[in-house]
Formats: sequence, structure tokens, C-alpha cells
Amino acid sequence: MSPVAEEKDVLRAEFERFTQELARADAPWLRELRTAAFTRFSERGFPTTRDEQWRETNVAKLARTLFVRPDATAEITPEALRRLGVVDLGGPEVVFVNGRFAAELSRTGGTAGVTVRRLRDVLESEPGTLEAQLARLASDQRNPFVALNTAFFEDGVVIEIASGTQAPQPVQIAWLSTSPGSKPTVCYPRSLILARRGSQATLVESYVGPSAAVYLTNAVSEALLEDGARLTHIKLQCEGLAAFHVATLAAQQGRDSVFTSHHFALGSALARTDIDQRFDGEGGECQLLGLFVGRGEQLLDTHSRIDHAKPRCLSRELYKGIVDGRSRGVFNGLVTVRKDAQKTDAQQSNKNLLLSREALVHSTPQLEILADDVKCKHGSTTGQLDPVALFYLRSRGIGEAQAKGLLTWAFASELVGRVPVAALRAALETQLSSLLPGGPRTQA
Amino acid sequence: MLEIRNLHARVADKEILRGLDLTVNAGEVHAIMGPNGSGKSSLAHVLAGRPGYTVSAGEVLYRGQNLLEMSPELRAREGVFLAFQYPVEISGVSNAYFLKAALNAIRKHRGLPELDAIDFLSLAKEKARVVEIDEALVKRSVNEGFSGGEKKRNEIFQMAILDPRFAILDETDSGLDIDALQVVARGINQLRDRERAMLVVTHYQRLLNYIVPDFVHVLMEGRIVKSGGKEMALELEAKGYAWLEKEPAAAAK
Repeated sequence: MSPVAEEKDVLRAEFERFTQELARADAPWLRELRTAAFTRFSERGFPTTRDEQWRETNVAKLARTLFVRPDATAEITPEALRRLGVVDLGGPEVVFVNGRFAAELSRTGGTAGVTVRRLRDVLESEPGTLEAQLARLASDQRNPFVALNTAFFEDGVVIEIASGTQAPQPVQIAWLSTSPGSKPTVCYPRSLILARRGSQATLVESYVGPSAAVYLTNAVSEALLEDGARLTHIKLQCEGLAAFHVATLAAQQGRDSVFTSHHFALGSALARTDIDQRFDGEGGECQLLGLFVGRGEQLLDTHSRIDHAKPRCLSRELYKGIVDGRSRGVFNGLVTVRKDAQKTDAQQSNKNLLLSREALVHSTPQLEILADDVKCKHGSTTGQLDPVALFYLRSRGIGEAQAKGLLTWAFASELVGRVPVAALRAALETQLSSLLPGGPRTQA
Repeated sequence: MLEIRNLHARVADKEILRGLDLTVNAGEVHAIMGPNGSGKSSLAHVLAGRPGYTVSAGEVLYRGQNLLEMSPELRAREGVFLAFQYPVEISGVSNAYFLKAALNAIRKHRGLPELDAIDFLSLAKEKARVVEIDEALVKRSVNEGFSGGEKKRNEIFQMAILDPRFAILDETDSGLDIDALQVVARGINQLRDRERAMLVVTHYQRLLNYIVPDFVHVLMEGRIVKSGGKEMALELEAKGYAWLEKEPAAAAK
């Protein structure tokens, strides 16, 4: 029997135990959903590099690792939470420690029109409510990790922004792993965001963990934007450097809605984020912005799909990568313009900076255009720091290392500058200055 | 202050400077003129330490030290400044941050205390007035979206802040209309003093109406072929460079 088959057997036993214990109170529809998802996973197994979507990202090590559910909730103080890099944004904040809701660290109430609830609470108190909404946007057919999350998630959040509401402050969800005990642990964060008609909100998802522990975060977030809704999603992936992070963010946009995603991939030994966006009404706008910064042996992968399924929508995508050491980056961005999606306006750009000879980026921007009256362009550049700019700085007396740091920061700062939350910009600046070589801050 | 002896330099396989001699003393302004491709800008770059040039023979002494052995940043800290012909745009780094970092690197090298943000900004304000640059440009990203004139003025502004001993102005007049040229020239003239030397590299005599040099040198095919006083610039303007091609190389100064 191959090792992968053994893995699947272990997971099957785990799934059976899970459905009999933690998930035994699930409503019938959810049981069916989980079983179907697990079956799909079993049929396909973990992806290999023979899969087109996983060609550059080998998850064999993840697949071979036996992850267990953390059995105890670790005690985390509010100070420790901040120290780990979860910034206090003043608004609603939901904190999960090792996948378990941490009431003492969370603030859920208080804002009219902004409902933040535990997924488990909703499933228990109103078992039918989510049947039509959960697992509708993230495809477990395409991605086996989504199937695993659907099969195994224990808890998460349901955020609803009522029709016409402008959320005054960002809503934050923080997923902390402390990896208690000696075995590698796993958690399956699950978020459902319902942005009702004409609502406006910013959501921040932070993932943090200790630097040396091996653990897996397998997250799924689904965002539904109804007509005219504006949602900004900010993801800060700051997991520990031995962690695995696999996540899918699926967004569906109604007519005239505006979705903006800011994605910072800084942590993890191996991180893979899939962003699956779809225009489901005319006149929508979508912006996908991302920055990955890899060092050491890190592998940071983003696959995005923008689906212009309806006419007259606009999409802008800008991903930048900085890779140092022997790290690798993967950017794969697919923009599909369907046959009837006339007047589509799509731009996609990927720019990468190589700081060492051994670092590498696989960049695959793709346009798939089936309509004829569209404006689309895409581009990708990968290179080193501009030697002329470097000389310019040095000719003014700035040392080589500092000059390189400044130029590297300058490359990254465009994406930091576009984050609409000042406290996060400041935190990112501090964090990046510790990650980038000689990277000082730019504010005089 | 600067003594160049028999300087030979090449880029890739092409020899650009072929035995150049030049001496510049404190307080003097020297103009280097010459046709396109004569090596004027290469001389400016070799002196500032731009990577890509190989010096195959000769030497350059700057205040008694071997300039060619120094890194670009060390040259700057020792007081060499190059005003670029094509100033570089650096998106994401503010002019103010960049210049404060540069000034403090230089001050540190000279054993002076570093300036904090407040002291730096008041210095920047004062110098912005001297070189007539809009203060708003100080806070913007380095040269990003600046007009041609603003970029050149920004070079002179940087020079005013960094207070070099030896400034090289590489085609500072290129791309400027007459009004912008006058503003830039006024800024440069404000920075002339008995301690500071300048090397003004230019293709046209026009700039020298406003920045009157003490000496004019003609550079052709990598060597100085003729040297004279400020009036020589006018002669060159009238006669062009072609007549010099026949003359034997004259020693500089």
C-alpha cells in the first residue's frame, strides 16, 4: 500500500470519529455535505505535482504529516495576542485559538447592522439557516483542501452586514495556532461573509502562529456580495515559518458590487492561497492585490481566478513578490471572460523581485477571452533591483545594504500603501522592515 | 582638490576615456565641453563610481586619496556629488526620507551628529528656498512624476542639502527651457564658494552664460584636446567642434 493510501485511511478513520463525536449534532444537510465532501476528497486524494493547478507546489510533505486536532485550548492573554501581531483595530474582533473560539479575547457585539456570530452557534440554534449558503461558493470539486475543510470544520464565523449598512470599523477574525503538545496540529477555519444589498464593510483575517511549530491551517472563506455591496477583504498570512497554510477565498459579486482583496503572504514554510472570484451581475468591480515575501526555504503560492461571467465588469489585479534565500514564489492568475461578457475591462499584473540567485518565481498570468468587445491586458516581470537606482542612492552616500533595503521596501510599499486601514499599514511596515534586508521605514 | 592623470576607461570592450588629464582646485569651476560621444558623461560617471566602467590605466587623486578605490557611497561621504543627467525615479521612497538617510550617512562619516526629522525638515525648507524648488516636492517620491525641470532642480536641491566639496554637473541644462535653466543656474551659483569645486559637463555653451566657468576644456575621443578661459566657450559655439579634430591634443591646464 502506498503511503498516500495509508494517509487516506487515517483520514477516513479520523472522519468517522469526527462525525460520531464533534459533529454528531450536525443537521442532516450538513452531515450529507460533509460526507459528500469527504468522499470527493477520498476519490481524489491530496494533489500532486501532476495536477495542473499544483504543478509548482508539492504538498507531499504536508500529505505525509499526521496532523492531530489540538485537544486543549491554550491560555492566551490579550497582550500575547497583540505580541503575535494581531493588531487591535477597535472594531468587532473574533479570536480563535487552535480552531476554538476564545470568548475572553473576542468582541462580537455592539455595531448596528453588523452581525458577527460563531458558525457553531448558528448551526446549533438555527440549523436550517445556512443550508443554502454554506459551501456554495468554494468548490470542493476543484480543490481537495476545500473538501477537507468542509468535511472537518468545527467552527468559524458568520458575518452579515445588513442591507444599506456601512460598517464603521473593520471586522477582524484572528486565527491563532499555538500548536500545543508535541504532535503537529491542524485547524480548519471557516468563514462565511454575507454582504447584503448596498452594504459596505472591511474584513480582516489574520493568521498567526509560533515560529518553530509544525501545524496546518486549512481555511475556507466564502464571501457573497449582493447587488451594490462593497466589501474589502484583507488577509494577513503571518503563520510560523514551519507551518503549512492552505486557504481558499471564494467571492461572488452581484450587480454593481465592489470587491477588493488585499493579501499579504509573509509566513509559513508552505502557503497556498486560492482566490476564486466570480461576477454574477453586471457592472461589478473587483480588485485583487497581493504581496508575498519569501525567505529561507519558503514556498508561497497564490492561484487566482477572476471570472467575468457577466458583461460590463471591471477587474484589476496586482500581485508582487519578493523572494530571497532559496525561497520560491508562485503566481498563477487566470482571468476568464465568458462569451457574453462584453465590455469587460480587465488588467492583470505580476511583478517579482529576486533578491538572491537561488530564489525563484513561477509566474503564469493567463487571459481566456471568449467575448470580442473587451479591454484586457496582462503582464509579468521578474528581475533584480534596478542597478541604476541602486547607484543613484549610493552616489548620495547611502550604503549598499541600506540602498538595497530602501529599494526593496519601495517595491513592497505600493501594496502596503493601498491598505485602507492605517493601523494595519503601520503594522505591515514594521513587520516588513524586519523581513526585508536592511529594510528601514520610509517615513521621514 | 582633484587630479586626473592619464585616465583610461572602458565600458565592455569600448575604450571611452583615452588618456585624460585634468586638475581642479578648490573654488574653481571647470566646464567640460565636447561633441556627443566624446566621453563627457563617462568621465562624470567614472568619477562618481558608477559600476560598469573599467579603469584600465591612470589615476585620480581626490584630496590626496585614490578616488578610484572608493565605493560610490564613500566618494559621496568624502564630498563628491554627481548631479545626474537623467535623475532616477524611485517610487515609494520619499525625497525627504532619501535625503535624510543620505545626509546622515555623510554626517556620520564626518563625525557629526545625525539630524533628527525636525532639524532635517527645517534644513530642507531653507535649502528649498535657495534653489527655488516647491516644498511639496520634498515630500513626494523621489523624482516620481516630476517634470524635466523639477528633476534637475531636485538634483541641485540635493546638492544644497548634502553640501559637497566637489560637484559634477552632468548635462544639467539638457531638456530645460530658458526659464528653467535660469532657475537651475541661479541655484548652482548660490552654491559656488571658495571651498567648493565644480565640474560642469555640457554639450552647449548656453549654460555657461549663466554659470560662468573659470576654465573650459574640450573633450574629444576621450582626451582633453584644448583648454582655455571662459571666452573659449563662445568660440566653440561659433565654430563648432570640427576644427579641433585636426589640432594636436593640448595638455590640460
